[in-house]
Amino acid sequence: MDKKTVSKIADLAKIQIDDNQIDNIVNNLVKILDLVDEMNSVDTDNIEPMSHPLNLKQVLRVDEVTEKNSRDSFQENSSVTEDGYYKVPKIID
Amino acid sequence: MNEKTLIELREDIRSKEISSTELTKFYLDRIKKYDNKLNSFITVTEEHALERAKIADLKIAKGEVKKLTGIPIAQKDIFCTKGIKTTCGSKMLSNFISPYDATVIERLNEEGSIMIGKTNMDEFAMGSSNETSYFGNVHNPWDLECVPGGSSGGSAASVAASLAPCATGTDTGGSIRQPASLTGICGLKPTYGRVSRYGMIAFASSLDQAGIFAKTAEDCALLLSCISGYDRKDSTSSKKDVPDYLEECRNLDVPKKIGVPIEFLQNLDEGVAKVFQEVLRELKSMNCEIVDISLKSSKLGVSAYQVVAPAECSSNLSRYDGVRFGHRADNVKDILELYKKSRSEGFGNEVKRRILVGTYALSTGYYDAYYLKAQKIRSLISSEFNAAFKNVDLIIGPTAPDVAFKIGEKTSDPIAMYLSDVYTVSTNLAGLPAISIPMGLKNDLPLGLQIIGNHFQESQILSLARQFQEVTDWHKKQPSGLK
Repeated sequence: MDKKTVSKIADLAKIQIDDNQIDNIVNNLVKILDLVDEMNSVDTDNIEPMSHPLNLKQVLRVDEVTEKNSRDSFQENSSVTEDGYYKVPKIID
Repeated sequence: MNEKTLIELREDIRSKEISSTELTKFYLDRIKKYDNKLNSFITVTEEHALERAKIADLKIAKGEVKKLTGIPIAQKDIFCTKGIKTTCGSKMLSNFISPYDATVIERLNEEGSIMIGKTNMDEFAMGSSNETSYFGNVHNPWDLECVPGGSSGGSAASVAASLAPCATGTDTGGSIRQPASLTGICGLKPTYGRVSRYGMIAFASSLDQAGIFAKTAEDCALLLSCISGYDRKDSTSSKKDVPDYLEECRNLDVPKKIGVPIEFLQNLDEGVAKVFQEVLRELKSMNCEIVDISLKSSKLGVSAYQVVAPAECSSNLSRYDGVRFGHRADNVKDILELYKKSRSEGFGNEVKRRILVGTYALSTGYYDAYYLKAQKIRSLISSEFNAAFKNVDLIIGPTAPDVAFKIGEKTSDPIAMYLSDVYTVSTNLAGLPAISIPMGLKNDLPLGLQIIGNHFQESQILSLARQFQEVTDWHKKQPSGLK
């Protein structure tokens, strides 16, 4: 974990990091990864990974419309909509 | 009035000793009087509450009462509330008005309860002290210089200070139980899947669970009956029948065989250990058998949690891009800058830190070393609990390593902060239900007893908690100065 790695993951996570903060972030992430590395004190070679606390089956439903279109009420939370669309900076020249 | 339990207040309302409007005004007045010191609410919904109280009084007059008709409740600001601001403690959502209600809110409304406000919390529920909130620190009613715990710090402080008789919370790694412990009240985290997560803003979806705060185990039982049950809008909610928890916790045989994990007592603070030994004596006098058990992987709970939770958080929080809702940055030249600037301005430091850790753990080349390894540790922790529950009915221990700490004491050291969840995270990883109830005082500050049950054994937990509260009065202690 170093400045270069932090910049790379920040870019993947779409988060800007100011130059004056990067040392502090590197330090904290190093500490967190040290804590996480304690997991290596246990051998887990033959252990099945657990992704979820309950043995749930994927639930499927009939493919029919159950909700009415609420676009207008959803778009009230965006300041930049036009004719039912969301506006963003130009993507294609 | 503020010494009454939820169930007593319900009786007073039903017997028309007090009207819902009077009761609602009583709590709104206390909020006005004390919340400038505590900061436990982000939004107080006075107008909404008085309107609903009026309707409740009309229903009560007609004899149409449901489980919570006329009872005020504080809602954690992580639950979407239609037409009322839902911030999740973040600048990102500081202006967000949800177009729908969370299922928990919908169910509590259906039972006739009255929302009096939305409570303060750590940003996106990421914190153990309520210090990551964009809306400022919450102060512990027992000592205003101390934290109330987190992430549901506002809910816990509001109930402890009797600004509300009960409140909702969410628990991803201890966010209900740890603040309940630090503020001297009861906080119940149900089994994963017992309560719908629909409309509850996501942090780590395989760990998040909604729950409640109140003053007694019976009050928790009543509230749990109201919020539990299958919801077709949450495919991870359980179809198991919802029992009448109040009835069951009153009438079940009290679970007798109680396990104490030796790992929970190693390196325990002397003052906490003393209080806990007193609890063991009390339980023995209730004819409980105390059995030493071992949960040896539980010490790796925090390590595994600090991979699983950030990994799921980095994925869940990718939705905040400044486009459809949430904070949107100005003056950007292209779409990438819109994403980056909106997220960097909208999220606080702890949230960013967890997104970075999660992104790292899931990135190419590191997945096996971190995420897969953490899932295997999770498996070990879960199977150790399963083995333990073959021999004991319930497992107990202290909820938190110590009493409330001072505001600012742990903010510069994330590891010290993460370790305040050392006794609580394992139950989230295993999806188990657990409660924290007051068990004593150390230096005049409250300490919580955690009772953990097997999956869907909430009634057994509540039954032991209720019995304990029959013979002790720690749950009746109130912070002085706010009466």
